[in-house]
Amino acid sequence: MPLDANTPDLRTEFKSVGTRPNRPDGVDKVTGRARFGADFSAPGQLVGLVLRSPHAHARIKSIDTSAAEALPGVKAVITYKDIPEQEGCDKDVLVNIMARGTALYDGHAVAAVAATDAAVARKALKLIKVDYKVLKHVTDVDEAMKPSAPVLHPGRFEPVDYNSLETASHVSGKQETKTKTREGSNIAGRYVFGHGDVDKGFKQADIIVEHEFKTEATHQGYIEPHACVASVSSDGMAELWVCTQGPFMVRDVCASLLGMDVSRLRVTPSEIGGGFGGKTTVFIEPVALALSRKAGKPVKVVMSRSEVFRCTGPTSSASMWVKIGAKKDGTFVAADAVLKYQGGAFPGSPVEMGAMCAFACYDLRNVRIVGYDVVTNRPKQAAYRAPGAPMSAFAVEGVIGEIADKLGIDAIDIRLKNAAKEGTVSSYGPTFGPVGLVETLEAAKAHKNYKVKLGKNQGRGVASGFWFNFAGNTCVSINLNVDGTLALALGTVDIGGSRASMCLMAAEELGIAYDDVRAIIADTSSLGYNDISEGSRVTFSSGLATIKAVRDLKKRMCGRAAKIWGIPEDAVKWENGAAHPAGANAGGFDPLSIKEIAAQASATGGPLAGHYEINAEGAGPSFATHVCDVEVDPETGAMKVLRYLVVQDAGKAIHPSYVEGQYQGGAVQGIGWVLNEEYFYGKDGTLQNAGFLDYRIPVCSDVPMIDTVIVEVPNPGHPYGVRGVGETSIVPPLACVANAVSSAIGVRARTLPMSPPKVLAAIEGVAASKA
Amino acid sequence: MLKVKLGGTLVNKAGGRTEFEVEGANIMQMLRNLGRTCPELEPMLKKGVSVAVDGQIYRDAMLQPLGPENEIILLPRMAGG
Repeated sequence: MPLDANTPDLRTEFKSVGTRPNRPDGVDKVTGRARFGADFSAPGQLVGLVLRSPHAHARIKSIDTSAAEALPGVKAVITYKDIPEQEGCDKDVLVNIMARGTALYDGHAVAAVAATDAAVARKALKLIKVDYKVLKHVTDVDEAMKPSAPVLHPGRFEPVDYNSLETASHVSGKQETKTKTREGSNIAGRYVFGHGDVDKGFKQADIIVEHEFKTEATHQGYIEPHACVASVSSDGMAELWVCTQGPFMVRDVCASLLGMDVSRLRVTPSEIGGGFGGKTTVFIEPVALALSRKAGKPVKVVMSRSEVFRCTGPTSSASMWVKIGAKKDGTFVAADAVLKYQGGAFPGSPVEMGAMCAFACYDLRNVRIVGYDVVTNRPKQAAYRAPGAPMSAFAVEGVIGEIADKLGIDAIDIRLKNAAKEGTVSSYGPTFGPVGLVETLEAAKAHKNYKVKLGKNQGRGVASGFWFNFAGNTCVSINLNVDGTLALALGTVDIGGSRASMCLMAAEELGIAYDDVRAIIADTSSLGYNDISEGSRVTFSSGLATIKAVRDLKKRMCGRAAKIWGIPEDAVKWENGAAHPAGANAGGFDPLSIKEIAAQASATGGPLAGHYEINAEGAGPSFATHVCDVEVDPETGAMKVLRYLVVQDAGKAIHPSYVEGQYQGGAVQGIGWVLNEEYFYGKDGTLQNAGFLDYRIPVCSDVPMIDTVIVEVPNPGHPYGVRGVGETSIVPPLACVANAVSSAIGVRARTLPMSPPKVLAAIEGVAASKA
Repeated sequence: MLKVKLGGTLVNKAGGRTEFEVEGANIMQMLRNLGRTCPELEPMLKKGVSVAVDGQIYRDAMLQPLGPENEIILLPRMAGG
């Protein structure tokens, strides 16, 4: 039991929780009244624009801003010199927001201007003279690991013996003779997970399948570009209105980068037009603050779509090798993997999490995963829904699909045979508590989609996936209004319908109507610190804190009732939206409803509120199983997703429509990752498809209705049994669709995206081999 | 005495060693004593790690009680999207 989870027994019967009320932000969002990042304006604001490197890798010999500064209408021009390094700040973030000496990727910020309008600002950018010395670049992860690759950060990462790397023997097959470089390497880290004796395990195998896989970098594809308005006053007090998943993070990071006291910066989050992990860091926010500080006026910075692609963080691209051995009955006896993720120009790719998730679905006695974090001349990667997990699942689940085919075992049965369950020692170390993978597999097998007979050129794929789910710092307040309605103040940005879910939990706990609770996302000066809305944590953590804050309020309301009745506080209980005498001995008083208590609050002691702050722990992991049917056109290589089923463990679905929405959204993003999405880099290392016309995310006509099944294996760490649901749903789709395509055309696709030309080439390859 | 297993980067930092025995009544004390036992781990411990206790992952709950009966595994600091 977590330290501070003094929760009662798990609640299993609900009145409000599990219903599907309308979302509180729905009308605003469909009428255009909702205020997103770019909708904020401040009186007298300037337009901020950023000058970005046109080179993938270049030394910045000099920057001359004098002509830009002399242009009428220009109020401030900044370079890295205006954001000096502060003690204790994150150096990589500092360098990423503004290049210092070297431009490390196409689009790396070099300077910024604030001007009276956009036309002047654009003209000013053209007047800034940057003298570059173009350097050799590398954007591919395998190439970046070679000793011949240009080193991005000379002297920072230890030189490596290339021939000692797992990658040399297992993956590339092209060992280079040079073993060490004086400048170091691009390998920022090597990580190993696992247990048992892998070599011994493989000796017990009747069948061994091993392959290499590659996935491309994909962007989160949020519709709303990054936007903010910064206003720094002459006394150093600052405000920032911003589109972000983490206003408290933005406040603390910006304060650290700019040498400000945290208390001097107030951050107000806007509605968010999608984040999916991509808005868990800062890009333009400290730049806007620095511009405002220098100009003495508010500055608004809004990224273009091109900037979003070139300069914000997509996820990593990956190069992987996976080997699994199994007995004839399908029992896995050993599993081995090497994962190489490039995380852009700075360390921090999610390879560790990809490594931990790779085999997490399975009960393995002998397992090893080696991961490499590699830097390249690409934008610094950012989190993307279950960071790192979809790529490794693509490789692992692909190999499992092939083993099932070769052994003639049903794709779900082989997973059931090896599924992780309570008591399984996970491949990354800890022993699982109650988890629901088996339940998702059984529900998938029982679903009507799994029984549909397939036609010509059609195939079916199955894949499972895992995500840890996180909790974290959370602070919630709930205020009783004079009419008995409630104002719930949350510090976690609503990225997935959390306001509705919190209102449902508050209503459930109080025994009142959902419509009587109104939730808002507070600014950073109104609540204690809240961690970012990430890691599928919000419904779990803010839900837990909401329940506890409501219990705090209930206790206070019972206290008021006790005073009104003149009986001890512990002789009052709360039921169905009212305070009641706890028993016959307490006295024969009529219940006092929440509205009656609210109406008397002023006269009985003042305002009533509940509050709770916690560093929540106890988020239970979530497993999912997906089933997909596709049809491939053998003449063009184009494919159509016919049916798609998501089965996932939610612990307890607070608002089932939102849970289903998360399942569907993750599946669709995963389908896009498989079918079309990729970053194209030219020979000069510049991004060639920085827009939605050339970077194709799925549209409605690309996908069928995503069918969903909510499995509920309660999480004992939450009073209602909640598990996070936001990320697991993107883990299986890459492998699921790839397995379906393989089933349809008879060859296994191991490189993503599986665009029509690649699929057609695979079909023609099969035909040629048969000829 | 607590048995503490290491995972991921931490194994590299500990020179390949995967398990330690240290004293400690909670996560904070365990990490402090682990850092003393293996100074190479100190920078990473200070930067932040996740601790799995009987399968439950803790990122910050330094006062979580620990006992010899617990399965304790140190993992890299984790974050999501």
